[in-house]
Amino acid sequence: MTRRRISLPAIGRVYLGLVLAFLYLPILVMAAMSFNSSKLYRLPIDWSTQWYVALAGNDKLIAAGTNSLIIAVVTTIIATALGTAVSLVFFRYRFRGKAVMQLLLFPPITIPWLIIGTAMLIFFFWVGIGRGLHAMILGHVALALPYVIVVVTARLHSFDPTLEEAARSLGAKAWQVSWRVTFPWIAPGLFAAALFAFAVSFDQFVISYFLAVPGVSTLPVEIYTSIRKGFTPEINAISTIIITFSMALLLGVARFYRFGGER
Amino acid sequence: MAQVAVQEVSRHFGPVKALDNVTVDFADGGFYALLGPSGSGKTTLLRMIAGFDYPDSGHIRIAGEPVEAVSVEKREIGMMFQNYALFPNMTVFDNVAFGLSVRGVAKPEIARRVGEALELVHLTGFDKRKPHQLSGGQRQRVALARAIVTRPRVLLLDEPLSALDKSLRVEMQVELKRIQRDVAITTIFVTHDQEEALTLSDRIGILNEGRLVQEGPPLDIYERPRTAFAARFLGEANLFDITPGGAGGVSLGDGTMIRINGDTGAARQVAVRPEKMLLEPLSAPAPEGDSNVIQATVQQHIFAGSSLTYLLDWRDQQLKVFVQNRTGAVIGAGETVRLSWSPRDTVVLAG
Repeated sequence: MTRRRISLPAIGRVYLGLVLAFLYLPILVMAAMSFNSSKLYRLPIDWSTQWYVALAGNDKLIAAGTNSLIIAVVTTIIATALGTAVSLVFFRYRFRGKAVMQLLLFPPITIPWLIIGTAMLIFFFWVGIGRGLHAMILGHVALALPYVIVVVTARLHSFDPTLEEAARSLGAKAWQVSWRVTFPWIAPGLFAAALFAFAVSFDQFVISYFLAVPGVSTLPVEIYTSIRKGFTPEINAISTIIITFSMALLLGVARFYRFGGER
Repeated sequence: MAQVAVQEVSRHFGPVKALDNVTVDFADGGFYALLGPSGSGKTTLLRMIAGFDYPDSGHIRIAGEPVEAVSVEKREIGMMFQNYALFPNMTVFDNVAFGLSVRGVAKPEIARRVGEALELVHLTGFDKRKPHQLSGGQRQRVALARAIVTRPRVLLLDEPLSALDKSLRVEMQVELKRIQRDVAITTIFVTHDQEEALTLSDRIGILNEGRLVQEGPPLDIYERPRTAFAARFLGEANLFDITPGGAGGVSLGDGTMIRINGDTGAARQVAVRPEKMLLEPLSAPAPEGDSNVIQATVQQHIFAGSSLTYLLDWRDQQLKVFVQNRTGAVIGAGETVRLSWSPRDTVVLAG
């Protein structure tokens, strides 16, 4: 369906430009400063890659970054798998208490992370899980699950179950139906859900901060700690790397999958 | 290709009887229409033959063997869904090839057979299109090609033409009939459209409230409906309450004696099709022979170019008569006219 396009008046262009500036200006300034050799952000910019070189030698930041990546990847895999299974159950079956269960999945999204973090810390100590990487992963999976379920369920809602029937009538076995008909349809949803899970985990500060043990922290925690000790432009450098990486990923994904509706 | 037999099949959904002791045979190579209003159980029956649903009691056999223990994917059926259910992520070629590729047929063989199937439905050259790039009629052809390419034993069509607009529907009726004759697959199709059932099929089964009301070739059912429901659902009918008056004659409510062919038995109603009645001004010479005659008052006429429909009042009952536009003249409202018809066209209804 193509909507009729009316050309945008000048005021509209200005407005959109301001929105984009509001979103991107701080990031652009930060990225520029990561290439400024002046520690005090003196202008004009004295271009240099010295902070990137310094970053390469900063073992603490790199270790924290590696931890963040590991946690985010593991969280993404577990949360996407579990969440998709939940969505499929909601989609295919009718059972008692379904509506209540679906409703109860949403509040965790709105509860402040500080409160969830505190609750997790207390609970994990109480049951003996304690702190550390495993505890962080557990916490992140719990945080990411509702997002995955919401995204995959939304995608499944647009799936026509007669497609599965059609596949079966044509002789496809159950796994062939899932793999060749259902999966390709929900794949963009799975991808979006995985991105959400990854972002929730990779961004996570409060819960990671509470559940980290000395010597094992994540990037946001490490950045926070080093800012408290005194800011170094290495932070700009690593942030710029992360932003570039995530922008490239998102733009790539957006190219392959049209978000917000097939056809 | 195979014969399908449905024997004493019943199916309940809670307190609702979707199918009530239905027995019907679908002949090998035949084109069979299951006709009924929504909720009559016709789709339930089709889905049971496909294997998406199972009878509570009774049996379904395909080519003589019971299929209760055979799941959908092993029944070797082809089904066309009301919304076509084309796989949106696949091209036309891949859609049609699906049934062959899940069976592990070799690539060159798949290409050859998909080519043949697309040729049969006149869609050669559309291989690389995606379903959303096709018109409604083209989608339907793809769905049909996909359903027959595996050479199924039975072809099941669920409201095959309901999603198309009128002119396309007529065109597809012709196509569907040609293709069915070409491939000679036992075909069962579900419809609520009486015209579709009459045009396409060589046998019709009329379902109402889970029961098979009547079954037979279209002409037989049309000319000799057994019940008031069958008379009114397939075509239109004027119904008259009767008082039995022995062989050869009955009296209508006003005492008019009319003649019928055969015996009325315990029947309480007769039906006369609107096109079998001759409508004439009272001034016209009385019909000869043994015609049944009544007088009615014209209420209104509906002019449709080549034909006219008259709505008439007879003893506070509305009658309908179809008239070919031969004279170019119309009889106005309020005029009393004579209706006559042959005893042969007076159908005695069972209930």
